[in-house]
Amino acid sequence: MRTLPHLRVLESESIHIFREVVAEFERPVMLYSIGKDSSVLVRLAQKAFWPGPIPFPLLHIDTTYKFREMTEFRDNFTREIGAKLIVHTNTKAIEEGANPFRLGTQKCCGLLKTQALLDALREGGYDAAFGGARREEEKSRAKERIYSFRDSHGQWDPKNQRPELWNLYNARIDKGETIRVFPLSNWTEVDVWQYIQQENIPVVPLYFAKSRSMIVRDGTLIPPEHNPPLGPGEQPEMVMSRMRSLGCTYCTGAVRSEADSVPRIIDELIHVRRSERENRVIDHDQDGSMELKKREGYF
Amino acid sequence: MAEKSLLRFSTAGSVDDGKSTLIGRLLYESRGVYEDQMASIENSGLNRSSGPLDFSLLTDGLRAEREQGITIDVAYRYFSTARRKFIIADTPGHEQYTRNMATGASTAQLAIVLIDARKGMLPQSKRHAYIASLLGIPRVVVAVNKMDLVDFRQDVFAAIEADFLAFARGLGFRETYFIPISALEGDNVVARSGRTPWFHGRTFLDYLETVPVEDADSDGPFRFPVQYVIRPSLNFRGYAGQIASGSIHPGDEVRVLPSGRSARVKEIATYDGALQEAFAPMSVILTLTDEIDISRGNMMVRADETPPAVARSLDATLVWMNDAPLEPGRSYLLKHTTRQVRATVRIVRCRIDVNTLDHEAPRDLKLNEIGAVTSDMPRPVFFDSYRENRGTGAFVLIDPFSNATLAAGMIRGVIANDQHRGPVSARERADRLGHEAAAIWLPGRRQLAMLLERDLFGQGAAVSTTESSANAQALTAAGLIAIVVSRDPPDDRLPLPELASEDEAALEQLMKTLEDSGVLHRADRFAGGEGI
Repeated sequence: MRTLPHLRVLESESIHIFREVVAEFERPVMLYSIGKDSSVLVRLAQKAFWPGPIPFPLLHIDTTYKFREMTEFRDNFTREIGAKLIVHTNTKAIEEGANPFRLGTQKCCGLLKTQALLDALREGGYDAAFGGARREEEKSRAKERIYSFRDSHGQWDPKNQRPELWNLYNARIDKGETIRVFPLSNWTEVDVWQYIQQENIPVVPLYFAKSRSMIVRDGTLIPPEHNPPLGPGEQPEMVMSRMRSLGCTYCTGAVRSEADSVPRIIDELIHVRRSERENRVIDHDQDGSMELKKREGYF
Repeated sequence: MAEKSLLRFSTAGSVDDGKSTLIGRLLYESRGVYEDQMASIENSGLNRSSGPLDFSLLTDGLRAEREQGITIDVAYRYFSTARRKFIIADTPGHEQYTRNMATGASTAQLAIVLIDARKGMLPQSKRHAYIASLLGIPRVVVAVNKMDLVDFRQDVFAAIEADFLAFARGLGFRETYFIPISALEGDNVVARSGRTPWFHGRTFLDYLETVPVEDADSDGPFRFPVQYVIRPSLNFRGYAGQIASGSIHPGDEVRVLPSGRSARVKEIATYDGALQEAFAPMSVILTLTDEIDISRGNMMVRADETPPAVARSLDATLVWMNDAPLEPGRSYLLKHTTRQVRATVRIVRCRIDVNTLDHEAPRDLKLNEIGAVTSDMPRPVFFDSYRENRGTGAFVLIDPFSNATLAAGMIRGVIANDQHRGPVSARERADRLGHEAAAIWLPGRRQLAMLLERDLFGQGAAVSTTESSANAQALTAAGLIAIVVSRDPPDDRLPLPELASEDEAALEQLMKTLEDSGVLHRADRFAGGEGI
């Protein structure tokens, strides 16, 4: 009996999922968020279809509140690997003045992310969408299927999920319905970083610690990039920090960290006991808020 | 980087047997819980435990469940130690959640059965053990919990051990291991307890870290369900898939099912370079020395090993998972490896009471019930018994109308093929061909007819063009798609929209009509989902 190392087991499972989807759906797409999980997803997709190209486009939902370094990385990375990139923005909402400072994070996220995503999926006629969500990330994701069924409004019904056994995925849908597919379901944050190290996968430099300008508010580090309103007496200061997960600048707090390389990040994760989404303002805006967002169509 | 192995285990338990507390403690002590998650529990104002911290809140997920105070679905948890990564499939234990237990058990290599030391073996302990055995989990660890409430008495532990062994004798586990614990107080969970000096075995975490990992059987016969054909250029044609069992090397002779044709493996190709050996559960690409026609749903096996069974009828155990009961005779979709075929259940032979393991005379099979059935497929599947091979012995049943996943199936073996005796029916023909018979009238449009015939033929359909409307009837009676170019219309022709005068546009209209009208079976299109 030979035993594969855990990263190889996870990799094989993910590649199997990619191939199943491409074999059984007509128009798959990958939700590409530019973060580390997306970088890993892209590598797995390359492996799944090598020596052919990735047989589906990458879709980025751009809220326009992303870090400049993210957009640069996105454009370079996708060009280098020859992937087809589609960028979608809810321009109507932005023209009408949607921003997190005015609307609050919950409403802003609903318009610029969830609504934009549902529009983009519908306009593209996509029947399956890969995402990088992992079950470990958040409680409501622990019960998410690898093939997550969404009704014709893009909504998730946690009480009525299809049973999912072995590696036999039910790909049957009717017109207008979609499946969200999560090839990284069984990966943890540490697995993702170890794989990035093992495979030498490029990631956005924002993940690595350096001295950055931050607004320090109740212990949270808020990047000032899109000029959020300052509280009385607040001034950005230089803080040795890094991003643990990437989203919109205002909603992604940085964490204080000295980890400036992949091995140091892995070391930090093994020894630091704070969950990776704690810096996400949006997960905490209401009790059980991730589950509510997911029901509405959020990834 | 230190290489770790990966162990998947399942737990099943009810509200008060301490399962959530045990998992919560494992996560906490192995640093699988983060400080902010702990803080959110401390601040939640809920504490159903008698200890200072309610570990069970760490593993309760969805909002509705939090309100009801129970776990109602399979939840997956993750933690790592220096030696291993663990995936826990955490499932509810009540009888009405048998389907969830089966789901969690389907991918597990080890099952944890929790027994309350005060209560001993309960019907639910037996149910958990039975479902673990049914789903082919080779090893069980029995955690006798709440030992603190029975003063850590050895005789209580020994009696439970004896009861369990007596019950499990017929279940075919490779190993059953017993550990006395207190999940609440931590005895023998991670650290050895000073209160059980009579126990010389391993602690719970020590056992999890050292039990052999047996995932897909890399020593078994080679089984390679073809998932996808990768053909980026004329120079490369590779067959992609995940090895279900066994191993393969360049030069090995493989046989392809169902055609039975043989070829040698030219290369085990991967993005990271060619391999000298590949084994289960690796995802790889195989190239062959000879060009043979292979598509999704085919299976490669090694020519020098025991072949799988090839049959159109099989005996299986089903766990029924849908509110609508099983209907014998109704057409379902059977998804097995990378192959999807139509299937009907001919007969429910018996129903198994999950509490007593008694076999009952069946009437039907309802939600959460388990039964032994005989099933018929119009096209063959290639399989091993589930006991021998979880990868090629498992299937799910899907409702072709609601698209719901109806049942999990474990194949017990082949049965004698005693059904196809009478005349072949139109239904059987359509099921085999993957499309209905139809007459398509394209008066005078010979070029369009040729394009359509080529297109359908290329996808595996049985199709023929005729000049005579009288011939059409004979063709459709044989199950074919007949394309009629004569001036006079055939009887019973397929209604068509107003066709574009330009051939390519008209062809697109025709293909769409064939799909929308149900002539072409969707998803399960043509011969077995083949032909991507």
